[in-house]
Amino acid sequence: MFGKLSWSAIPIDQPIPMIASGVVALVILGVLAWVVLAGHLPYLWREWITSVDHKRIGVMYTLLAMVMLLRGFSDALMMRSQQAVAFQSQGYLPPEHYNQIFSAHGTIMIFFVAMPFVIGLMNLVVPLQLGVRDVAFPTLNSVGFWLTATGALLVNISLVVGEFARTGWLPYPPLSELTYSPGVGVDYYLWALQISGVGTLVAGINLVTTVLKLRTRGMTYLRMPMFCWTTLASNLLIVAAFPILTATLAMLILDRYFGFHFFTNEAGGNVMMFMNLIWAWGHPEVYILVLPAFGIFSEVVSTFSGKPLFGYRSMVLATMAICVISFMVWLHHFFTMGAGPTVNAIFGIASMIIAVPTGVKIYNWLFTMYGGRIRFDTPMLWAIGFMVTFILGGLTGVLVAVPPADFLLHNSLFLVAHFHNVIIGGVLFGAFAGYAYWFPKAFGFRLHEGLGKAAFWCWLIGFYVAFMPLYAVGFLGMTRRMQHYDVPEWRPWLLIAAAGAVIILIGIVFQIMQLVVSIRHREELRDRTGDPWDGRSLEWATASPPPVFNFAIPPDVTGEDAYWSLKVHAKQQSLGKREPDYKDIEMPRNSPTGFVCAFFATIMGFALIWHIWWMVAAGAIGAFTTFVAFAWRDHDEYVISANEVARIDRANVEERRAMTSLAEA
Amino acid sequence: MADTTLAYAHPDPHRLRGIPHAAVVHEGPAPKRIVTGFGFWIFLLSDIVMFSCFFATYAVLVDQTAGGPKGSELFDLRRVAVETVLLLLSSFTCGLANIAADIRNKLWFQVGMAATCVLGLAFLYLEAREFADLVARGAGPTRSAFLTAFFSLVGCHGLHVSAGILWLLTMMAQVFAKGFRADIGRRIMCFALFWHALDIIWVAVFSVVYLLGSKP
Repeated sequence: MFGKLSWSAIPIDQPIPMIASGVVALVILGVLAWVVLAGHLPYLWREWITSVDHKRIGVMYTLLAMVMLLRGFSDALMMRSQQAVAFQSQGYLPPEHYNQIFSAHGTIMIFFVAMPFVIGLMNLVVPLQLGVRDVAFPTLNSVGFWLTATGALLVNISLVVGEFARTGWLPYPPLSELTYSPGVGVDYYLWALQISGVGTLVAGINLVTTVLKLRTRGMTYLRMPMFCWTTLASNLLIVAAFPILTATLAMLILDRYFGFHFFTNEAGGNVMMFMNLIWAWGHPEVYILVLPAFGIFSEVVSTFSGKPLFGYRSMVLATMAICVISFMVWLHHFFTMGAGPTVNAIFGIASMIIAVPTGVKIYNWLFTMYGGRIRFDTPMLWAIGFMVTFILGGLTGVLVAVPPADFLLHNSLFLVAHFHNVIIGGVLFGAFAGYAYWFPKAFGFRLHEGLGKAAFWCWLIGFYVAFMPLYAVGFLGMTRRMQHYDVPEWRPWLLIAAAGAVIILIGIVFQIMQLVVSIRHREELRDRTGDPWDGRSLEWATASPPPVFNFAIPPDVTGEDAYWSLKVHAKQQSLGKREPDYKDIEMPRNSPTGFVCAFFATIMGFALIWHIWWMVAAGAIGAFTTFVAFAWRDHDEYVISANEVARIDRANVEERRAMTSLAEA
Repeated sequence: MADTTLAYAHPDPHRLRGIPHAAVVHEGPAPKRIVTGFGFWIFLLSDIVMFSCFFATYAVLVDQTAGGPKGSELFDLRRVAVETVLLLLSSFTCGLANIAADIRNKLWFQVGMAATCVLGLAFLYLEAREFADLVARGAGPTRSAFLTAFFSLVGCHGLHVSAGILWLLTMMAQVFAKGFRADIGRRIMCFALFWHALDIIWVAVFSVVYLLGSKP
């Protein structure tokens, strides 16, 4: 009846996961109880859960990323503390638990923190920057988000029911095959990623179509803000790379569920084929994450330097070059495979070549700052911290791109330090910069500056204290994923690294405080103009938070830095006094399709993990029925009348005019 | 407002020097039909990327027979030829249904779709027969890595055809119930794209798997 599922799946004898999941369950129940008792449920359902508004979905993606960041970071704290104490002892985490923790940490941080964070920001900002009303497929957007949430939910369920994978964030066979991993851990990993992978693919198709087909009048390609370009590149990579992940994981599933021989040791299976396939996705994936971050930094650096982006067209070229070359370097993840000197040399050179367009970008940001009137607000601090940190990470990356060096450093903590250097210093700093930069746009009030700066300094210092020792200990020969060790020379470095993790923890505490304080003091931090940073692109041309239709009148773009030139012209010619001719606006209706679909996907995923076949069928039928019901509806749009549009827009125009005359007086 | 003044670092690339009206004009967002079709094309391309992984895997594993049968000992080209004809014919009838939808002829739309459905089901029946025969001869997917790759690649295409038939039946029901609404028209267009794409995949399967594999 329930497949492999029985009461023994719940690890009652293990205190750590039980306490952790108990706390999580209490928090979730508490939040749910508060939502229901305070009567917020109808509001949440109407305005958020069923929303197809790209801004709302973007916010929900970001929120998911932040919650999962807490989960992934607690895993990191456990690993750092384990390695701090596990010198010539077993520490406090048994091996099978420790292995689950590093696997969950990597999986969560990449798939359920970094991905939703950048996708959330792209969702929120790109339609605004393009001057349009929504993404190309609003309901699919909601489906994509909720499927991502399903994946995150499955990973968290594995904490209580069963176990998570012990195979690392990429489940290398033959370890991940049924023979060596008979439990459900790898299955949790596989189905969580398959389901959220569909969500990511949907988001990718949506954003590519949005950028290529939905731009406001006059917004030609070479007038798009840099963030739109990096969004395009990143989502092209999603569309081209995520199917590879889907296929690869499907093959592993076939091996595990039906005894196929893709990656097995016997019957002619080929283990190294998995490495090639997974990294053919995996290397583009790191650029999927970092390209949007590059876009955010471009916006931030240009805005806070008060200058147009230096070398805009070289930046476009560099972005698209990275997009293409990122598919030609995957083999550097396993130089030690033994492909031979020629192959290794080609991939080593390609890996160094991809550093060139990245270098171009760094110089462009520096030259943008040069001669500018720089304001050191929180987003700019993240950007500068990024430039210093990312250069370091890039250089160690070029080092491991040299095959002979890689033979020494492969799978050592040097590598771990390198990829944290680029992912924290690049992607996460970028996401935080974007969070601070666009928060006022999303919610209509700024984040508290002082606490934001405190969080930044803790993260920056904490990062260096936590990861520079790992470079050193990697040179001393320590390999990754060690549950305990006996080498006395490693110990001091690992103690320092643990201290660094604590400093980062303080940074996270500051970030939570910042959010709480900012919400409490939102009236003082209110952004009335919609343009709190003196921005340059179109998202600042509308109110904060923007009305559901984004722009009362679709903006007409005549050059780069569309909003900036609008402001300059308005000042010179006192234009914009004449009221525009407001028209009715048609907007897509909200739909529970995404949520209901994800509900059935969760059931289906859970049933597949535990081999409960009737439940799989039920989930599949439910999901299909949901889609048909959606396809059957007769009214998919509603109309906002011209009067209503005028009322909303006039209020914003008044606010803006008042603030502008105040500033000029 | 900040007091920053600036001169533009770059001239607008779309405005030729001194000729302000020679600009490349971008008219704004594309109409829905274009957007939907475009988005679906992107999906199809990503789907083709997924198939290409299975093709690559097949190419790697084709000689790994683990002492079991090779392709030339298993493939029945006559049956595959019939399958191919069925699928290509179904693309033709699908095209007819699409034209009928364009001229809003319900009867011919339903006839075209029903013919497509029957041809697709016949294709699936033959494929299932082939799979069952192989399994009965002890040449199932667990026999060797070659057969794993073969069953997965061909089966993945078959799964797509099955999903396509489910979609097809839904579209028939929808047109029957709701007629040719604009959104339904866009879905029909996407379905037709999907069905034709499966044909393209099949041509590759036919060539790479069956034709190349039949060489002794």
